Amino acid sequence: MAGAYIHIPFCEHICYYCDFNKVFIEGQPVDDYVEMLIHEFQLVMAEYPDEKIDTIYVGGGTPTTLTPAQLQRLINGIHQYLPYDGGEFTFEANPNDLQDTAKLQVLKDNGVNRLSIGVQSFNDQILKKIGRIHRSADVYQAIDNAHRVGFENISIDLIFRLPQQSEADFMDSLHKAIALDLPHYSTYSLILERKTIFYNLMRQGKLHLPSQDVEAHMYQAAIDSFQNAGLEQYEISNFAKPGFQSAHNLTYWRNEKYFGFGAGAYGYLGKDRYHNFGPIQQYIEPLKANKVPVIERHVLPLTEQMEEELFLGLRTMQGVSIDHFQDKFNYPLQTVYGETVADQIAKGYLKQDGDWLRLTETGKFLGNEVFQAFLLDSY
Amino acid sequence: MDYAEMLDRQKHIRNFSIIAHIDHGKSTLADRILEMTDTIAKRDMQAQVLDDMELERERGITIKLNAVELHYQAQDGETYIFHLIDTPGHVDFSYEVSRSLAACEGALLVVDAAQGVEAQTLANVYLAIDDDLEIVPVINKIDLPSAQPDVVKAEIEEMIGLDASEAVLASAKSGIGIEEILEKLVTDVPAPTGDLKAPLKALIFDSIYDSYRGVVLNVRVFDGMVKVGDKIRLMNNGKEFEVTEVGVMSPKAVKRDFLMVGDVGYITASIKTIQDTRVGDTVTLADNPAAKALDGYRHIQPMVYSGMYPVDNAKFNDLREALEKLQLNDAALEFEPESSQALGFGFRCGFLGLLHMDVVQERLEREFNLDLIMTAPSVDYHVDLTDGTEVVIDNPSEMPETSNISEVKEPYVKASIMVPNDYVGAVMELAQRKRGEFVTMDYLDTYRVNVIYNMPLSEIIFDFFDDLKSNTKGYASFDYEVTGYRPSDLVKMDILLNGESVDALSFIVHRDFAFERGKAIVSKLKETIPRQQFEVPIQAAIGNKVIARSTVKAFRKNVLAKCYGGDITRKRKLLEKQKAGKKRMKSVGSVEVPQEAFMSILKMNDEDTKGK
Repeated sequence: MAGAYIHIPFCEHICYYCDFNKVFIEGQPVDDYVEMLIHEFQLVMAEYPDEKIDTIYVGGGTPTTLTPAQLQRLINGIHQYLPYDGGEFTFEANPNDLQDTAKLQVLKDNGVNRLSIGVQSFNDQILKKIGRIHRSADVYQAIDNAHRVGFENISIDLIFRLPQQSEADFMDSLHKAIALDLPHYSTYSLILERKTIFYNLMRQGKLHLPSQDVEAHMYQAAIDSFQNAGLEQYEISNFAKPGFQSAHNLTYWRNEKYFGFGAGAYGYLGKDRYHNFGPIQQYIEPLKANKVPVIERHVLPLTEQMEEELFLGLRTMQGVSIDHFQDKFNYPLQTVYGETVADQIAKGYLKQDGDWLRLTETGKFLGNEVFQAFLLDSY
Repeated sequence: MDYAEMLDRQKHIRNFSIIAHIDHGKSTLADRILEMTDTIAKRDMQAQVLDDMELERERGITIKLNAVELHYQAQDGETYIFHLIDTPGHVDFSYEVSRSLAACEGALLVVDAAQGVEAQTLANVYLAIDDDLEIVPVINKIDLPSAQPDVVKAEIEEMIGLDASEAVLASAKSGIGIEEILEKLVTDVPAPTGDLKAPLKALIFDSIYDSYRGVVLNVRVFDGMVKVGDKIRLMNNGKEFEVTEVGVMSPKAVKRDFLMVGDVGYITASIKTIQDTRVGDTVTLADNPAAKALDGYRHIQPMVYSGMYPVDNAKFNDLREALEKLQLNDAALEFEPESSQALGFGFRCGFLGLLHMDVVQERLEREFNLDLIMTAPSVDYHVDLTDGTEVVIDNPSEMPETSNISEVKEPYVKASIMVPNDYVGAVMELAQRKRGEFVTMDYLDTYRVNVIYNMPLSEIIFDFFDDLKSNTKGYASFDYEVTGYRPSDLVKMDILLNGESVDALSFIVHRDFAFERGKAIVSKLKETIPRQQFEVPIQAAIGNKVIARSTVKAFRKNVLAKCYGGDITRKRKLLEKQKAGKKRMKSVGSVEVPQEAFMSILKMNDEDTKGK
């Protein structure tokens, strides 16, 4: 079983914090792109005839910038070439694109069963400052439309530690989000990535972000508020009602297999990691010649696989299974990481519950400190 | 070549160097001369040809001297052999200047037509005059709109006492006056005078280590000749080697059959041991040795000391080897092993000044791939103890207990600052703040002033030069000489991290400035030391008295928030980077301290010390 990630690199507006592979949609060969994406499904799956796809995630960019007809074409292609039979099927969506039900209806009618909506904040001032084009009223309309069409499994994203964001402001967004009574929420602190508008502002000294202490308060507030609302934290940034955890995202954190389709997409098939050409034309060209558009393949040495088992697995609140580690790699975890585990437990960042290693409450806040420790020293 | 031909050749040799202030156009002039003499084809020309050290090009300065041979067909129809020995201009490297001057019979004095004679030029031209060199004045940049060649000529005559009436008016950038300069070298600079038949005497003015050929000696031959196969003797230690190659730099190495009187070139002789060769030593022949060595160089006393430690303690021996190799062609660098509680094993190194220290550090990091921690620089203090003895302290952490000290003396310098009169006020204000005592001030012409101060050397090595530049918009030039030791009310400032005194961070400060310096360094350290697992108190203390404190907060949150899309590689890189960053830090007790923290005291600017 494997996941399938499908990348739609088009946007109508570029958000100031986003460093994903994306371009302005205007003037782009979108129809061609969709055709070639479907061609990629066909070529890649032919190489793995026995593989089954149990989750699909269409992300971006902005997948909902596609027209209803393009969406229809894409999903038809998915059903035609991906050996998928009805597992979790998520589409990322922008509130602007859900102001009527046209696109929602296409998604719903073709088996999409989960929506992840990029809300980020309920403060219109902040939305403007981070380059989002929607406003909070649009969010309510979008969710209303989604419910009307019949979507129940909906997640929204919130970002904290935004420029000039106060604790009170984030709390307000948090409460408004929870009041929507959705089954799933993601919330994460702003990361400054290179090649973003924010990064450039930061280098010019023009970006004023809340301090690390404020950021920690915001994160604590999110954990507490979601928990009080019956949403369990199952990953560092993710909260869900029972039964609504994102199966697709868990694939990444459990270090399991997934295909990556589309420009700049990453795939991981056990030992092989590969990624596709990012620029649209470079992605399309090889496909026209019936070649997969992979720019780089990397066979992960055992050490890297082990490191990732830990630094991804520990992101989940379930943690990493010591038995599973031994089954998967044929090495006892104790042999590879005995000292590190003891050290991290002594620091109070890690705990062991029977077969499971997990982050403590403090550890959740300082995950990178723990993850680094699990990088083996040959690096 | 027979004897008569050699004698004739000797008459056609001209050895010279170029004396100039930074930015007055020395490297450009050297480039032009190389072009004019077809030493370098135009297409191979890159700016600053002689500055081949990466660091030199980046900073636009000359650090190491370089010697190059060129051939010039003069207007008298004869071809002359020129040896251009390039020299550094910065005050820290005046030692290198005197080494190169010793190999020359003449020098071009290059003065900027708009800016006039600068303090450093003055110092170097006096060195040349002391060595009886023929000075050829060149007024450069005459095509600048602000050029005032007549004013500059008058300055040269008044300040240096040279006849400037025939000074060459040139623009190295535009190629004006270059030929006239070359002709002057032919007519004015004397040919070398040594005796071709006398036993070999060659002065080692520089040497480098080459992993294939061993030590390469750069020499100026004063008497006799040397060729491949000769057995040479180094007069300092009597060691003998067989010559495997001789040649000249043109500017790449070119093999020759021999080097003779007046030549400036290199010798290799399978010398494997770096310690065997010493700059300033005389090379002679084993079977026909010279009776007496040439006057070597005076031993140069370092002015500034700093501890150098490998970040990784296991690299101690690598650091030692690297220092030995650097010392080969940087005779002013001194080092001896020392240890620090905080930093482990390292070396106490002596430098000529801060720029020299910077350059050594960067060369060690670049050329030898070492990660280093340097402690804040210090000068040599003379400490009289209550028991009547005197100790010399170059490491603040070794300062004796206050109760055992009867008096501390520190080195003072006479600082001479040349500046347009508009900036005299700014200079005086700065000098006063650096504990300077006004001595005198002379008008050089209608608008330039030479201001003389007595100042503690320790104030100069900190940030005086930078401050001077910024307070005078870069118009001031500056030179100093050490005049002696004077008693001062000095105290040792200890820095405590997490309650523990860190020896590598302590420094000596005048009591009157202790409070503001302490406050400034504490706040600087707070910025430099990253958050850690626990709160880290930082304190500055004199004896048991804490005079400033601050706290680095414990870290609260450090976790990659978003981790989707399967791009694990980048997340991994970020984690690896964070981990590598930690490795570059030094664990001092339980506190991780980054390299820069140890230099914090140097990085305090005026704003910090004015106690904002």
